[in-house]
Parts: sequence; structure tokens; C-alpha cells
Amino acid sequence: MSLQNFINDAISPWLNTEGVDNDIVLSSRIRLARNFEQVPFPTSGQEDALTKVLEYMEQEFDQQSYEDFKQFQLVKMNNLKPIEKRVLVEKHLISPELSDKDQTGAALISKNEQASVMVNEEDHLRIQLYYPGFELTKALEKAQELDNWFEDKIHYAFDENRGYLTSCPTNVGTGLRASVMMHLPALSMTNQMNNLIPEINKLGLVVRGIYGEGSEALGQLYQISNQITLGKSEEDIVEDLKSVVQQVIENERRARDWIMEQLGIQLEDRIFRSYGILSNCRIIQSKEAAKCLSDVRLGIDLGLIKNVSKTILNELMVLTQPAFLQQYAKKTLGPNERDVFRANLIRERLQLEN
Amino acid sequence: MNCQRCQEREATVHYTQVINGQKTEIHLCEQCAEQEGYMNFSNDNLSIHQLLTSMFPFDQNVNQKQSVQTTHRLTCDRCGTTYQEFRNRGKFGCSHCYLAFESYLNPIFRRVHSGNTKHVGKIPKRIGGNLHKQRELEQLQNNLQQLIHDEAFEEAAQVRDEIRQLKEDLNENKGGDA
Ligand SMILES: [Zn+2]
Ligand SMILES: [Zn+2]
Repeated sequence: MSLQNFINDAISPWLNTEGVDNDIVLSSRIRLARNFEQVPFPTSGQEDALTKVLEYMEQEFDQQSYEDFKQFQLVKMNNLKPIEKRVLVEKHLISPELSDKDQTGAALISKNEQASVMVNEEDHLRIQLYYPGFELTKALEKAQELDNWFEDKIHYAFDENRGYLTSCPTNVGTGLRASVMMHLPALSMTNQMNNLIPEINKLGLVVRGIYGEGSEALGQLYQISNQITLGKSEEDIVEDLKSVVQQVIENERRARDWIMEQLGIQLEDRIFRSYGILSNCRIIQSKEAAKCLSDVRLGIDLGLIKNVSKTILNELMVLTQPAFLQQYAKKTLGPNERDVFRANLIRERLQLEN
Repeated sequence: MNCQRCQEREATVHYTQVINGQKTEIHLCEQCAEQEGYMNFSNDNLSIHQLLTSMFPFDQNVNQKQSVQTTHRLTCDRCGTTYQEFRNRGKFGCSHCYLAFESYLNPIFRRVHSGNTKHVGKIPKRIGGNLHKQRELEQLQNNLQQLIHDEAFEEAAQVRDEIRQLKEDLNENKGGDA
């Protein structure tokens, strides 16, 4: 398979469309947790009942479409090879937890991969919707419509006082988790993240690095999401998140102006060195790759690097994950081999730009 | 001021809760506040694991007061999850567990959801008109109070008419299938 075709398969089509403020907010996501009224939750481990949920979803929604979300396909964990499951995890279409549920787990995924529903993860349904850029309001609106489409057929577990009932007390009420993926290189470079994260936490929001372990955020990619799901309307949850994200965007813009002004040629040097490494490396570890990709993306957003597409950061962050590398190599790779393949893939991908 | 809950100790925790624009003031002693889940819910960046362990720290106090047996034997009769299991895993087994463990849930929800215990968001269509109208009624009543407070009496009169209409609708629907 050519690299272009491989990328086309590997990258969700919605990722390549433009979005609002997408120099900083790479994507927006809405997730709704829902359960069937009469069936024990997946946490109960009652597999017979859960299999019925799976069969019902297949019978009613496999190959169906709702407006822009065409041709949902139900994929059973049971029928996937381990590597295929890992690819879905790396594309953020399913969670690692779902991929372990061989008997009862499934995912219902729209053709453009913008909408997906995890079946029998922690809740019977986890409806997910992605939009490129800063589009939380639109994403919420569409997620509600999609939810109504499911609700026409499914009797959801709902209580007047507690709202949508979920396995975990942290999701009850709206079952809504709204989040954005942000690229914050200038705030990271100026060491402002350490102060900013506790401030954001105080407002009832959660900040975490998307790739990487612990407090380290590989590629300077952060996710910000709401924590509270009960006692606030969906619209208020999203509005509150939006106003914080808006402030973070402004801070990042200010920090970018500042580093441009203060660092000047030094910043340019750093960015072009990273570009040089990515274009010429023969061995590269994921950590270094992430740092260089973040620099290059910043260079593109600052207008220093021209004729490289913006999507290079999200695209290569996904493509250089272990499962994708192995799929591209068509074999299992040890850690050292992986670094060689990663370098090859990045170089080839950059050549596609010219 | 004495604690609202035990009426014994001095109230040292003062808390204002705003639900649907309605302000409620809560005055509790430290022990009661802890047990009712009014303390510590704004902890910085709790991980899910921390949340789970911090959801139940008051259980021991509860056990001292109430009989240990009642909590331990509390079981959801639909899925068989015991309160103890719920406590250990931090997960419900089915939608009925919410009713089975009802008396223990408010403190947990307050802790996790910044003091909130009641859903104010989306309602499924099938639940029908009455709940939607009930919500609308609450909203209008809040608006009315605000308008009266702001001395906007003309608008207040309009809202009052809307409320009257909505109440009539609700009465007509009563007994019908919701
Ligand atoms: Zn007291
Ligand atoms: Zn139960």
C-alpha cells in the first residue's frame, strides 16, 4: 500500500477539514453516556443480558445512517485482531477498556468516523462525536440529535431527580463529557502550564496530556474537559468549558506573540532544527518525534514554515503510535525497529508535502 | 448558630447552594458537613481513583451511628449488587441500584458534582410533556421572583399569566399517561 493510501485509511476523514481557531484547538468532542432501562449495566458482568444489548444494536443500527453520519457499521471486538483493536484505540474511536471486552464489546462507527458509539464499555452506550477545531456548540447540538435518534428506539435509564443513570456516579445526570484537544506550545515553552492547570482545575475542569504519562504532555497536546455532570444543563456545561478554553486560547496567542518577539531568531532556529530532524532522521523515539512535530506545527501556525499542511501534527502523532507503525510495517516490531520505522514514516510523510 | 442537622454543635461550615437560581443557605457543624458531603468536593484535580476513595470517607462515621448491619446488608434486589460492593468499586450494577442505595447517594453526588444532587439537563422525549412543563414552571417562577425583585412589574404580570396557564395545563394532564 502506498503511504498516501495508508494515511487515508489511518486518519479519520473528519480530521482533514478546517475548523474555528484550529491553530490552537485541534478538535472538539462530545460524549454522552446512556444505558438501557431494563438491563443491568456492563459493570454487573451479566454477559447474557449484555449480549442482548449488542444484538439489539446490531439489528437496529448496523448499516443505518443519520443525516451527515452515514452508514454506521457495528464492529464486534470479538471479530477483531489485537492489532486492529489497538488501531481503533490509537484513533480514539474506542477505549482500551472496550478493546478488552471480547464477548460483549462493540463499536458502532459512522463512515467518516466522526460519530462513534461504544457498546457495553462501562455503560451500554457511549455516544461520541468529534468536530475539527473549536466547535463545542455545534458538536453538542449534533450529539443531542444523534441521541434523540437512538432514543426513538431505546428506552433509556432515566430518573427525574438524577437524570440519565450511569454505572459511575461521576457521569450521572447529563452523562456529558465535553472536551477539546489543544496544542499549547507557547504556554509550555514559557512554563505557564504548571500555573494554569491548577487554576483550570479550580473551575471544575480537568486538564491532562493526551499522549505521554503523568504530567508530561507529549507534543504539547492537552485535553480540557468538564468534571461535573449533575446539576448543570448540557448547555451550561458547554458554555462554561467554552469560556475557559477561550481564555486559554487568548493566553496561548499572547504567549506566541511574546516568544516571537523575545526569542526571534532563536525560536526560528529551534523550529527549523526540529523540521530538519524530522526530514532527515533515521532513528527517532516517540518523545523526540512529538517534540519536533509540536515545533513544526508551531512554525506553520506562525507562518515560518510554509507548504506543510497543518494536520501534520495530529496526523503524525497518531501514525507514529506503535500499532500504526506495525500495521504500516506489516509485522510486529521491537522498540528499536519501531524507532527506525517511525523515522522512515515521518520522512516519507514530509516528502508527500512537496 | 447551631448546626441545622444535629442541632447540637456550633455551625462552622456555611455554604450557599444555587439550584435553578434558587439560593439556599446551609449551616452545619464540621462533622455533619463531612457526612453530608459538603466538604472537600472542590479538591484540586481529583483523579478518578482519588475520587472513588474520597467518595466514601464518611462511611465509618455513618457506621458508628447507624447499625453496621443495615449498610452491609443493603442490596439491590434487581441486580444483586450490595452497598458494600458499590462502595468498593464505586460503580452501580443497574439503574435500580440508584433507588436501593438512595439514602446514601446525596453526599456522594455532592462530593463529585460540586454540591449538586439534582439533574437539570435534558429529559428524554418519552418522559412526556409534564416533566418538561414542570421544569418550565420552575424556570418561570424564578424569573418572576427576579422581576419582582427588580421591580419590573409589567413583565412580572406577563410571567404570572404564563405561570397560571402552565399550571392549568399541568392540572389537565394530571392522571394522564406521562
Ligand atoms: Zn451537626
Ligand atoms: Zn442494581
